[in-house]
Amino acid sequence: MSTLLDVDNLWVKFPTRNGIFDAVRGVSFSLGRERLGIVGESGSGKSLTGRAILRLIRNPGIVEAGHISLHGENLLDKSEKDMRAIRGEKISMVMQDPKFSLNPVMTVGDQIIEAYRLHAKASKSEAYKKSVEMLEAVAIRDPKRVMKAYPHEMSGGMGQRIMIAMMLIPNPEILIADEPTSALDVSVQGQVLSIMDKLVKDRGMGLLFISHDLNLVSQFCDRVLIMYSGRIVEVCDADKLHEAQHPYTKGLLGSLPKFDEPSDRLQVLTRDPAWRDAPSVEGRA
Amino acid sequence: MSTAISIEKLSVYFGEHHDLFQAVKNASLSVEQGASFGLVGESGSGKSTILKAITGLAPQWDGHMAIEGADLTHKRDRAFYKTVQMVFQDPYASLHPRHSVDQVLTETLHLHGFDDINNRINKLLLDVGLGPAFRFRYPHQLSGGQRQRVAIARALAPEPDILLLDEPTSALDVSVQAEILNLLSDLRSEHGLTYLMVSHDLAVVAHMCERVAVMQNGEIVEIIDVADMRAGKTTQDYTATLLHASANRVA
Amino acid sequence: MSSQSLTLRQWLLTDTPTSRRQARFAALYKGWLSLRSNHMAMIGLAILVVLVGSAVFAPLLAPHDPFVQNLANRLQPLGTEGHILGTDSLGRDILSRMIYGSRITLYIVALVAMIAPVAGLLVGTVSGYAGGWTDIVLMRITDIFLAFPRLVLALAFVAALGAGIENAVLAISLTAWPPYARMARAETLTIRSSDYISAIRLQGAGPMRIITKHIWPLCISSLIVRVTLDMAGIILAAAGLGFLGLGAQPPSPEWGAMISEGRRFILDHWWIATMPGLAIFAVSLAFNLLGDGLRDVLDPKDSAS
Repeated sequence: MSTLLDVDNLWVKFPTRNGIFDAVRGVSFSLGRERLGIVGESGSGKSLTGRAILRLIRNPGIVEAGHISLHGENLLDKSEKDMRAIRGEKISMVMQDPKFSLNPVMTVGDQIIEAYRLHAKASKSEAYKKSVEMLEAVAIRDPKRVMKAYPHEMSGGMGQRIMIAMMLIPNPEILIADEPTSALDVSVQGQVLSIMDKLVKDRGMGLLFISHDLNLVSQFCDRVLIMYSGRIVEVCDADKLHEAQHPYTKGLLGSLPKFDEPSDRLQVLTRDPAWRDAPSVEGRA
Repeated sequence: MSTAISIEKLSVYFGEHHDLFQAVKNASLSVEQGASFGLVGESGSGKSTILKAITGLAPQWDGHMAIEGADLTHKRDRAFYKTVQMVFQDPYASLHPRHSVDQVLTETLHLHGFDDINNRINKLLLDVGLGPAFRFRYPHQLSGGQRQRVAIARALAPEPDILLLDEPTSALDVSVQAEILNLLSDLRSEHGLTYLMVSHDLAVVAHMCERVAVMQNGEIVEIIDVADMRAGKTTQDYTATLLHASANRVA
Repeated sequence: MSSQSLTLRQWLLTDTPTSRRQARFAALYKGWLSLRSNHMAMIGLAILVVLVGSAVFAPLLAPHDPFVQNLANRLQPLGTEGHILGTDSLGRDILSRMIYGSRITLYIVALVAMIAPVAGLLVGTVSGYAGGWTDIVLMRITDIFLAFPRLVLALAFVAALGAGIENAVLAISLTAWPPYARMARAETLTIRSSDYISAIRLQGAGPMRIITKHIWPLCISSLIVRVTLDMAGIILAAAGLGFLGLGAQPPSPEWGAMISEGRRFILDHWWIATMPGLAIFAVSLAFNLLGDGLRDVLDPKDSAS
């Protein structure tokens, strides 16, 4: 499998009043044309890892790494101007809540067209045609009407599908999805995920899927990295997640209430300080 | 056994005359004393609105509601809040950002006319598994799970019989969710509480409740025993769809 | 007790306070630390400390009596022996008059700061929390006051009640409160619908308690910021009234009145009007700088750090 993205020894640090806080601590992994999941609880550094790849960590945060290379080119050496071209064109990102990612005073159509024309030199009518096609691809029923609508007129599921359409229209090689369905209802989640899955497969893209939801990741991804306090504690195949070895992964799985296996009490996760100090597991395939 | 909550033909409205929106349509349900009852549905199905109507936070309603046999009018007095309390969904939004744990609990106890406030605060904090070390902290010095424990302590302070739980764990990590759900189970058996719990997560509701009302577009589609739901004995298609969607997340 | 072995700094910076007192001091200390890291705000604070210092110790600091006239020694330029900033048209020492004038400035600032924001907070929060007719009536009254040009309304007020500092302050406060009411109302509207207000309502708390104990603490920080930013305008308005002869009356060494007196000599003896002008400028700037710094510290949306 060809490697699209390789991350080596990534650290994300934040200076605070009581010294430097390491949010991500020496994470290494690679991403091919596959669906790679990153699971962890809040504060595990999973979202920061995704943002650090696109160099979206805001001041005063510091990103350090051996390299973050896309096709062998180190993104850390790029200028901010080059990074802007890479974001969207090569690597796109879908965030948790579409309400905050879409511009409320621009029509959906204008935003998609703008996203497309930013990276491809196309005429307006060509861009419009392409945008309608893209909305159809994310299973939006009446794309011409939606093009004229404003974001607040869309439901959560529609908004998220529009975001996906917008992110995929420049045809990136990698999509980073940060909790793309957490704000959606279960029935809509399924729809959005299957659309994302189809597009990623058809285009041979790499997908980095960041989520707190173990069951979802085990059903949706090929490979899973489990993060705990800034490190990868375990890497496993998604369909074998339930046979995971690390006590943290086991504990997380055990603490979920199970629909078909009723029990009086839920298993409670006891955190071992040794997990925090153990070296990060390498997540290269 | 007597009835703790009984609701008949409840309709709840939001907005003013010309754009009046009916969030709950003709809902009826009843919860026995000491039982745990779940309300499930997708966002916008009106499940949280029923809790709001009971507590008086949604004042535009008609129909019939009774708590422990006493009919509810459109005005709630302090005695009502000594019987019914509520835990909110987002522990980051339900605690006043400038009030310490101590202030929150002192004020609540004071409002309900208790005298031995000092002892009671320590006991409440122990009850929810926090301990006195947390008494003088501000919300920003607490984790999400700890905040939710404080919110539960606040709800327990007036010694209510009925707790309304509005998605009490949906903003929390799964390991913390397990701790909070265990705590809620323990508190229920210790204090003999009645729960009315809203959630979008069928597994959570199935774990906590004995009976469930499934809601869609403001209407109660079906009221079903959890055991029947587990066995797949649903009479409504919508319930089956919901069950299927939550078991197979990737369609 | 374990806190005995800690340094004061550690005791203040702890995330696990053990008493009400410690929790409160810790919150204050953290605010002070982040204010201290803002250099411009510290410059502003330093100027204000000088202002307060000179007001308190005026009799000790002033080299001369600010009211004693010496016509033989009038209109002396800067750097004259015994009169560093020169003398005015009646031979009074300008430096001494400016030092005593800081008392009047502080008096005006304090009075306005006590009246306008409090009135605005009261009207705004009641209006925002009550809604309905109360809101409509109170907000239309606010609109009426907002519609008057500030100085013109103050002029009319002073003309009706007579010239003097107290009346000038009243007039300024009367025109200064509506923006505070607007701001407090807007904040109340967002706070009112939050879960923690619902939660306290479910404990049976009445509107009075909710407004004073739950909404005010959250509005006050942004009000303080706004007041410090407005202080410059208030000082200037007071000086303007003094300049027009409607504020402080001669021989009071109010800075605006001093400029007004110096105006007649501005071409030949520029320092008489310029020195108090510089003082007004410095104090206004100081309040603005401090207000900007306080905004960063007190912003309730950023209470996580």
